[in-house]
Amino acid sequence: MSLLTVKENMVMVNNGNIDIASSIANNNVVFDTKELNLWYGETHALKDINLKIKENEVTAIIGPSGCGKSTYLKTLNRMVELVPTVRTTGEISYKGQSILDKSFKVENLRTRVGMVFQKPNPFPKSIYDNIAYGPRIHGIRNKKILDEIVEKSLRGAYIWDEVKDRLKENAYGLSGGQQQRLCIARTLAIEPDVILMDEPTSALDPKSTLKIEDLVQELKKDYSIIIVTHNMQQAARISDRTAFFLDGEVVEFDVTDTIFTKPNDSRTEDYISGRFG
Amino acid sequence: MKYLNADQVTKRMDGRIAKNNILKMLFLLATIFGLIVLAILIYRVVVDSIGWIDWNFLTGRQSTDAERAGIMGALLGTLWMMLVVAPVTLILGIGTAIYLELYAKKGRLQAIIQTNISNLAGVPSIVYGILGLTIFVRAMEMGNIILAGGLTLSLLILPIVIVAAQEAIRAVPGFLSEASYGMGATKWQTIKNVILPAALPGMLTGAILALSRAIGETAPLTVIGIPALIIPFPEGIFDKFTALPMQIYYWTIDSSLVAEYANLAAGTIIVLLVLLFVLNSAAIFIRNKFQQRF
Repeated sequence: MSLLTVKENMVMVNNGNIDIASSIANNNVVFDTKELNLWYGETHALKDINLKIKENEVTAIIGPSGCGKSTYLKTLNRMVELVPTVRTTGEISYKGQSILDKSFKVENLRTRVGMVFQKPNPFPKSIYDNIAYGPRIHGIRNKKILDEIVEKSLRGAYIWDEVKDRLKENAYGLSGGQQQRLCIARTLAIEPDVILMDEPTSALDPKSTLKIEDLVQELKKDYSIIIVTHNMQQAARISDRTAFFLDGEVVEFDVTDTIFTKPNDSRTEDYISGRFG
Repeated sequence: MKYLNADQVTKRMDGRIAKNNILKMLFLLATIFGLIVLAILIYRVVVDSIGWIDWNFLTGRQSTDAERAGIMGALLGTLWMMLVVAPVTLILGIGTAIYLELYAKKGRLQAIIQTNISNLAGVPSIVYGILGLTIFVRAMEMGNIILAGGLTLSLLILPIVIVAAQEAIRAVPGFLSEASYGMGATKWQTIKNVILPAALPGMLTGAILALSRAIGETAPLTVIGIPALIIPFPEGIFDKFTALPMQIYYWTIDSSLVAEYANLAAGTIIVLLVLLFVLNSAAIFIRNKFQQRF
C-alpha cells in the first residue's frame, strides 16, 4: 500500500501540477463531507452524510433508484443547485475549502471538479469545438494552445485515433460510446482534479461500457474519480472504495473488496446479493 | 378467450371501422373548408386586380386618378416601418425572454409578469393604436411619422415575440446547458454559446411570423392618424408615411366614389400577400436550415 502511494506521488511529480505537500497535509482527502443534509422542497433526500473521499482513487457510489446517490454526486460540484427548491445544511470541504458557502464561486469549483453525465451530451458543434469549449470559456484563444489541448484531451480519453481525421465534423455523427468518451475528453480539457461520473455507461452497449471502464482505470492515475453506478459488477471491477446509499443515508463505506466480500451491514449484503434494488 | 367473446368482437368490427372512416371524412371536410375560403378569397382578389398591376402601379406615386395611382410610397412606408419594428421587437423580445426564462427567480412575481404578457398578446390591436397615439404621437410629440407607427406596431407584436422566444429557449434540452455549467461556465457564457445558438432558429421563426402580422395591421395605424394621400416618398424613419394596409383601407372605402379604386385595392392586396408569402418562406427556410439536431 505504501509502495503504491509512493508510486502515485511520483506520477504527481511528473505531472508537476499537484501540490504534494498540501495533499499529504490533508491526508489525501479530496472531499470531506460532514453532516450533509439536503432537501428538495419538503423531500429529505440526503440525511447526515459523512464521507471522506480520497485523492487518486476511484470511489463508487451504489444503491437502488432514488437513494440519493446522484444527488450526492451533484452536490460535490453544486450542480444540484440548478433545481430551484434545493436546500442544504452541513459541510463539504474540497481540499480544505468549504464549497457549500455561497461565497465560494461555483464556476471555480466546477473548473476543478469536472462532470460526465448519464446520457452522452455533446454540444451540437464539431468534435474540435466540443473539446475547446471549456478552455475557451476560461479565456484561452490561442489556436496553437487550443490544438494542443484538443489533441491531449482526446488522447487522454482514448478516442484520438478514431476522430483525428474528422475533428471538424459534428459530434452527433459519433456512436453513443464514442460520444461518451468525447464527453470525458471534454471534461479533461478543463484540467480538473476530480471527475464526477453519473452512471456514465447506463446508456451504452457492453462493448462501449468496457472501453469506458478501462479508461477510468487509466484516468485514476491522474484524477480522483467518483462514479455513481447502478451496475454492481462495474463498481466491483473498477473502484477502490464503495459507498452504499439507501434512502438518503450512507449505510456503509469501505474498501470495495470488503463491501463485496464481507460487508458489515446486512442491508449492504442484501443489496449486493440482489435481494432488492 | 375468457373475457372477450370472439363472435361479439367480429360482429362489432364493421361498425368500429365505419366509425373511423366517417370521422376521417369529417376531419378532412374541416380542413377543406378553410382551403375553400382561402381559394375564393385569392380568386376574387386576383380577378379584380387583373390588368391593374403594372409597372406604373408598382413604382408610381399616390394619386387620386385611378389610372395614374401607384403604391411605391405605401410599400416604402411599410418597409421603413419594418426596419423599426424588426430590431425593436427582436432586442426587447429576446432580452425579455432570456430574463424571464433564465435569470428571473421562479416565483409569484415571475408568474404575474408571465400571465400579463400572455394577456397582452390578446389585447385588440386598436387598443395598441390608442396607446401609440397617446405615448409616441402626442406625449413624445413625434407626430404620425414612421418611427411612431413602427414603435406602435412593435408594442403590438412584442408579447408574441416574447412568448415565441421563451418557447424556443424552453425547447433547448437541459442536458446541453448542464454540460456547459459543469465545465465552470457562467450563466451568460452558457446562454451565449449553448442556449442562444440552439434557440435562435425558433426565435427568428416566431419573430418573422409576428412581423408578418404587423405588416398587415391597419387598425393601430388608422388610430395614430395616417393621412389618406401623401405624394412624396418617405426617405427615413422621421418622415410622414402611409402603408400598404392603409392604402387598401382607403381605396376600399372610397370605391363607392370611384369604382376603379376597388381594383387598386385588390392589386395592393396581391402585393401585400406576396410580401407576407416571402416573409413566411424566409421563416420556414431559417427553421429548416439552421435548426440544430441532437
